[in-house]
Formats: sequence, C-alpha cells, structure tokens
Amino acid sequence: MFFTYLRRELRRRRKAALVVASGLALGIALVIVVNSVSSGMGRAQDKVLQSLYGLGTDMTVTKAAEAPKAGATPGQRFKFGAKSGSDKQQSSDRVMVQGFQTLADSTVDKVGRQKGVAAAVGGLSLRVIKVDGQFKPGQFKQFKQTQGGETFHRGGAGGTADGGPQGKVEGGGADFNVDSYSVFGTDVTQRNLGPLTSSKITEGRTFKTSETNAEVAVADSAYAKEKKLSVGDKVTIKGTKYRIIGIATADSGDAAANLYLPLKQAQTLADAKADVTTVYVKATDSQQIGAVKSTIQKNISGTTVTTSADLASTVSGSLSTASDLAAGVGKWLSIVVLAAAFLVAGLLTSSAVSRRVREFGTLKAVGWTSGRVTRQVVGEAVVSGLLGGVLGIAVGLAGAWAVTAVSPTLTAQLGGGTGGGGGGGGFGGPMRRAVSQKSLDVALSAPVSLSTIALAVGLAVAGGLIAGAFGGWRASRLRPADALRRVE
Amino acid sequence: MYQLRGVTKQYRRGKDTIDALAGVDLTIGDGDRLVIQGPTGGGKSTLLQMLGGLDRPTSGSVELDGVDLARLPEARLTKVRAESIGFVFQSFNLIPTLTAQENVETALVPLGLKGPDRRERAADALTSVGLGERRGHLPAELSGGQQQRVAIARALVKKPKVLLADEPTGNLDESMRDEIMEVLAAQWKEHGLTFIMVTHDSSIARKAPRLATIRKGTIKVTENDKAA
Repeated sequence: MFFTYLRRELRRRRKAALVVASGLALGIALVIVVNSVSSGMGRAQDKVLQSLYGLGTDMTVTKAAEAPKAGATPGQRFKFGAKSGSDKQQSSDRVMVQGFQTLADSTVDKVGRQKGVAAAVGGLSLRVIKVDGQFKPGQFKQFKQTQGGETFHRGGAGGTADGGPQGKVEGGGADFNVDSYSVFGTDVTQRNLGPLTSSKITEGRTFKTSETNAEVAVADSAYAKEKKLSVGDKVTIKGTKYRIIGIATADSGDAAANLYLPLKQAQTLADAKADVTTVYVKATDSQQIGAVKSTIQKNISGTTVTTSADLASTVSGSLSTASDLAAGVGKWLSIVVLAAAFLVAGLLTSSAVSRRVREFGTLKAVGWTSGRVTRQVVGEAVVSGLLGGVLGIAVGLAGAWAVTAVSPTLTAQLGGGTGGGGGGGGFGGPMRRAVSQKSLDVALSAPVSLSTIALAVGLAVAGGLIAGAFGGWRASRLRPADALRRVE
Repeated sequence: MYQLRGVTKQYRRGKDTIDALAGVDLTIGDGDRLVIQGPTGGGKSTLLQMLGGLDRPTSGSVELDGVDLARLPEARLTKVRAESIGFVFQSFNLIPTLTAQENVETALVPLGLKGPDRRERAADALTSVGLGERRGHLPAELSGGQQQRVAIARALVKKPKVLLADEPTGNLDESMRDEIMEVLAAQWKEHGLTFIMVTHDSSIARKAPRLATIRKGTIKVTENDKAA
C-alpha cells in the first residue's frame, strides 16, 4: 500500500515532483562538477609536482646553493685553440652541478635510516653546456713598401718600436653553437623513486640495475625529438659516448631532465664523486610526512626538507586561479544552490500537504496514525529527492565528462608565487629557487570518485528528508476534525 | 454503547466564542439506528465528530463501551477509530489516486493485515455493496453513487461496531439517494451495528426509529414507532 500510494501520488503531482527533483538535481550536479573539478585540480597539481619529484616521492632533502664568493671567477671558461689555416671542428663541454650544493652520498644512507623513512634515493642534477664549432685565427698582412728597388715588410700602422715588420690582422672569427641541456644522474638500483618515475619508457628500455656505471643514457622524448635522437644513437658528453637505450616521455609537462645517466657516470662527469644534489624520500606513512620532515631536519643539519605540500603551495598561474575558484566560488555556489533547492523542496512539499488536507484527514479518520501519514509524506519527498539525485548525478557526470573531454589547459608556475616579494623566509628555499622558473601546462580533467557519488546520493536523501520534514511536520499536526471541517 | 454526558464544544472565531454543543446528554444503545437532524450550524456534524473520536469536547464525557473518548490519549483514540468506528462522508472522501479496491484497503492498513488478506476482504466488501466488478476503477471513473458505495465498503470492511455517516446522500440525486439508503439499511441489518447518521433529508429522517434534533447546540431525541 505504501509504495502503491507513493507511486500514484508522485505520478499525480509529477510537475511538483519534477520541480523538487530538478532543484535538487541542479544542486547535486553542481556539487559533483565542483568536486570533480577540484579533484582534477588536485590531480593536475600532483602531476606538476610529480614532474619534479617523480611518483611516490613524499619529500626531498637538498642543500641550498651558496652565493658566489666575492672575487670568484664567474661561470665557466672555455678554451679553444685557434690554429692557423684550420677549418677543424672544435668542441668543449662544461658540466656543472645544477641548483644545489652537493651532499655527500652518505647522506642518502643517513636519511634512509631516519624513523618513518621507507626509502631514500640520491640523484645528481647537472647542466651541460656544450660549445662546438670552428675558430679561425685572423691572418696577419704585412704592409708592402718599396725603397730603392727593395721591398720592405712592415708590421703595424707605423712599424714597431724595434723596427719590426708592419701590417694588420685580417679575416678570422668563430662559427660555433652553444648547447645547454640538463642531465640527471639516477640511482639505477632503485628505480621506484626519483624523477624518472614520472616518465614512461615509450621506446627502448630503462636502466638495468646492473648498469650502475655503464655508458648508457635515457633521453627525454621532447629532447630526443629536438635533437633527432633515437634508441641506439650516441651522445657525447665531455668526451664520453653514451648509448641511448631508451626514450622516456614525461607523464605531464616538462621532464625533470633532458638526459638520464647512471649516477656514477654523472658524478664522474661533474667531478663530484660520491656527491648528490637531492635525496628523494618516501615515508612509511603518508599521514606522517610532517613528523618525518621534522626528524630529518633535526638529525641532518644544514639540509632543507621540502614536502609535496610545501611545493604545492608555491603553485601559481591559471591552475592556481582555477583551483581557488573551484574551492571558493564553486563551493559556495553549490552550497547556496543546494540550500535554495532544499528550501524550495520543503516549501513545495508543505504546500502539497496543504492541498491534501482532506485526504490526510480522511486517512486519520479511518485509523491511520500521524506517524503513518508522516512516513507517507516523507517517503514521497525522499523518492523525489532520489529522483533529483539520479538526475543530478546524470547531469553532474555529463558536466564532469564535458570538462574532461574539453580538457582546458591550465598553466602552473612553480615557486614564483603571484605575490612577488622574493618570498623571504619561506619553506623549501633551495627547491623553491630551483623551480622558480618552472612553468608547466597541464590538461584539466574532472574525475568523479565513488565518494563524490556517495555524497550526491547522501545529499539527495538529505534533500528528500528535509523536504519530507517540512511536509511531515505539517501532516502530523493535522487534526482529522479540522482537516475535514476545513473543506466543508 | 454510547453515553454522552454534558458534552459542550466551543469554537473561537476571532474574539467570539461559538457554542457548537451546549451540554448534550445522549445515550445510544448497541444496534441502534439514530438519525440526527437540524439546521445548518446547529451542531450536527460536531456531535458526529465527538462520537467518532475525531474531536474532543470542551467539557463533558463521550463514553464508548465505558471508555471516555474525550480523555483517551491520541494513539489509543486512533486505535479505536481504526477498529471500532466506520465513517461515511458527504463528499465520499476517496483518495483520487487509488482504485476502489485500494481505497477500501486503506481502512485495513492500520489493522496490520497482510496484503493478500487485505485484498480479499476489500474485494468482499466491494462485492457486498454491488461493486465487485469495479474494483480496479479510480474514483474519477465511478458515478457519485458508486463512489459513495466504495466509501461505505471502506467504512464497513473492518467490521466496526459503529457506522457514522455525515449526510451520505447530500451529494446524490434522488435515485442514487434511495440506492445508498438501501445499501446502508441492508448493511446495518446484516452486521447488527450501531448506525448514526446526520441528514438534512426529512424523508430519510421520517423513516428513522430514533430522531435527534439539534438546534443551537442542544439536542432533543424522539422515538418513532412507525419507522421502517
């Protein structure tokens, strides 16, 4: 009887039921879209962070680069011999540690022994500047002078003080390329941690654990495309030829480096044996990252520990703006629409009860309890709410699908911040500086999780219950005599 | 069966107080057939509501089988209505979305009967008022007389002790009126229940064995030996 009565009543009042359901549907759809877009923002941020850290890395340990000392030679010097009449190609590489001061690789073991650390892997970040080309010396041309039938050669404009030959330098010059690229020395024995984990090997293979000091390299796909490199080719760095064994494609944005080498090879190239620039750390419990960070900072002095959360707060650009919008405007819009929908649903249900006063009065007269009448009203409202929930979930899923299908591109700027001001005293100093210029494009998706669907169903039921409470309260207070009298 | 003592009912309308019932004393025995008559606003329907436990008197007592309905908690009063009292209203008061069968079943729902039992009893009740073939029809698909028969079936399906009818023929034409009165009389005889009916119709009132006339809240009961 309950369900028959409920079904027939909803069919009779389908317009009102549809209004209630539509209102709730709108609110629920908004909640789903806002939630899924927020979740997409989170994923986008994760991708941005993964492009720096790699998958599974909870924090990094680094040491800030020292400011150049007064009087120190700035940069690196290149020396090229310029031989007379030579067209020979000359090349020179300079390999520098990038971004950070180096840490002794014993730090990796020390970090790994800290409480709450599941794994720690060292990496060495390098920059290679390659200059190659032709360097021709100028040709000295002596002035010709004829005196009394004899020819004299003179150097310079007015001759030398010692009376040597006079002339001038003509021609000469340089035709060279300067190529700068990044190299990352990775610990091939622990391939589950570090920047290379954020890339997929799309061609060839990755390092073998036995290749700790092999002259092999993995190239980033974008760099390989630019330099027309493929598996089997060789790249020369500082005179050593490395065979490309694989091409890695970054999951999103830029890769951490253009070339990946075994750590030992990178250390040799940089004359930084037994040094690393970054220790990548995985915590045993992702909920305890803060505590692990404190432990490391306390026990290993002079280092900076940067967590994903620290880095996430340095994300700016359109990704950050969109994220703020989703968290702020989106959330409040959803709340307002939902509240309005609940209120409208409540008022419509209450109004429907007013129109059914004789019906409920009659049912009470034949012996229906107030509770039974209330349950009937609440049941109808809950079904309307669930209908709204189904409609809302469908619209919300369609909305989320549309966002994913369009995949608007968002730009994430890491480390710079929009507030300017140099960020003194902030966290993650070195890492922040290291990534200050990093700008990544990420496609926004809107993944809908089961918890979001559960939330939508919960809201639908809550909406129905709230509407039912309005109507049920009214119906329960109805005295049969009053109800019957009112229509006479 | 019924024992009413000093029943008053006052309504407030703005600043005015209206005495719908002004000290009614009335005794109705088991199996009685009482017709209540009187001018509009005289208190007929109010008295019927007191008898049916739909309303409580301002003062006085309304005893049904020794139980004072005026002082009964709401839950127990609802139970009394569900088990012992059947109502028939002037405007039928059928649920428009439910079929004739389902409307009759609504009176069995509070008794906690299982579905098949409920359906069987409702079908029997409809057959007894001559609507066995129209069980699946919605009220809108039935004539006024048929709708009132459904309402009678709903009132009687639970086998009540008392049948209260508030102008059951008020919305019907003359032929329908006679038809309904025949059905009611037959049911009264068959079930041996106490039948109390409010009517404006003098031709019906004349046939009643007991006639209660209410004017300005006071009641006068006359016995009619010539009643059918």
